[in-house]
Amino acid sequence: MERKRYELNVQLAQMLKGGVIMDVTNVEQAKIAEDAGAVAVMALERVPADIRKQGGVARMSDPSIILEIKNAVSIPVMAKARIGHFVEAQILEALKIDYIDESEVLTPADEECHIEKTNFSIPFVCGARNLGEALRRIAEGAAMIRTKGEAGTGNVVEAVRHIRTMNREIRQLVNMPLEEVTGYAKTNGMPYELALKVRELGRLPVVNFAAGGIATPADAALMMQLGCDGIFVGSGIFKSENPSIRARAIVKATAFYNDPQKVLEASMGLGGAMPGLEISEIPEGQLLAGRGW
Amino acid sequence: MIGILNLQGGVAEHSDHLQRIGVASLPVKEPADFTHLSGLIIPGGESTCISRLLRIFDLNDVIIREFHRGMKIWGTCAGAVILAKSIAGEPTCLGLIDMEIERNSFGSQLDSFTCEASVPAIAKRSIPLTFIRAPKILRVGKEVTVLLRMDDYIAAAETTDVLVTVFHPELTGCVAFHRYFARKCGLDLLDETKIAPIDPAWKNTSWTRFARIT
Repeated sequence: MERKRYELNVQLAQMLKGGVIMDVTNVEQAKIAEDAGAVAVMALERVPADIRKQGGVARMSDPSIILEIKNAVSIPVMAKARIGHFVEAQILEALKIDYIDESEVLTPADEECHIEKTNFSIPFVCGARNLGEALRRIAEGAAMIRTKGEAGTGNVVEAVRHIRTMNREIRQLVNMPLEEVTGYAKTNGMPYELALKVRELGRLPVVNFAAGGIATPADAALMMQLGCDGIFVGSGIFKSENPSIRARAIVKATAFYNDPQKVLEASMGLGGAMPGLEISEIPEGQLLAGRGW
Repeated sequence: MIGILNLQGGVAEHSDHLQRIGVASLPVKEPADFTHLSGLIIPGGESTCISRLLRIFDLNDVIIREFHRGMKIWGTCAGAVILAKSIAGEPTCLGLIDMEIERNSFGSQLDSFTCEASVPAIAKRSIPLTFIRAPKILRVGKEVTVLLRMDDYIAAAETTDVLVTVFHPELTGCVAFHRYFARKCGLDLLDETKIAPIDPAWKNTSWTRFARIT
């Protein structure tokens, strides 16, 4: 990817700041999301909660579903490829969607390598649990980062852990004398040049969204107050009792995350949230955030 | 003081540019924030999201009231869509400039592009332009002045009170449009001879200084 193209891709993510990106599985849901004020939709076959429940290998969605969704909305369309599955990514690029999520929610296709994203013109967003993971993905060409959280649980605890970890590491870097950076970068698996960049900027050089377990307006506002640039909601909307009302409420709470009165208003009369899952009750092998290297 | 509508989108990028030309700015989203503004920038973002938030928080009326009081408005990309009197296939949002615009008119992100063009009203030399999933202005009314015409569309236009650009000057080093808008708002500027139309100190990460982790 030429440098100019990469900059444009980072800049598209900048235009999504303060917005909510919603998982949708069909045209009807995509329209509900767009109408509620989503800044983009993530087109997929099954939301993470269903992937978790049904098990089996989770792959890229049928391109015909993604295409139907792309034709139905005018906001950006994202879709997921398996970690390391660069041919799924090639297909999504040929489909001319707007962003690819190289996602741990799908079953990884490669347990050593992520997709070399610099080989593509289309932008990628990748999940991260800590600063090292975020910077490794950026080194591979990711134009946007999101927390991994623990998708499909309706439990925000892992997303909080991930953003707090990243922020802590950013603060440590910023306050560190230059001569300590090499060792710190080595210990934490950070590409050195990018660690220096973060130290200079006091944040990631690209947009960083929250993802994984966000189910309520309060969850969205919490992640924004913790310093995320925007919100992904996966199962949280279309696994809830009233998706349309909840989608609007999360958009409101994300825009006014610093105003408790408005988050309060957004939190009322939504009907039931998606059922939640306690992380400690999930068998080790079914945790998604550990996928990726 | 210039306000930057702070509901969703590229707010920090405009704050950065206004600071470069020495103009005070403020991200605005509460009704009270809009009084006493000389100008308002509606930034790039997703126009469906921004227009929905404007409606549910009753900000449309506030903006139109302040506009009639004399507040100038500049819309970049999504902001231009929100200001248009007619949006192809969709309901109008603020409708403050007589033009027809089509959202996301170039295709997908793979069709986003940069180029250079000369805009004589704004700067003497040619300036960099960044189009991201941009709209196209299809036609303008009689009282609207075209500032930049491209192949089959209009990319920048103005009336006495409204400026629209379908591209993003705030995503380049070009501060000439911000200077032009500030002057339209009647604001005093830093000595122009000291600021080139394109600020060589600008970097694509300059916006991040407004979004540091604290």
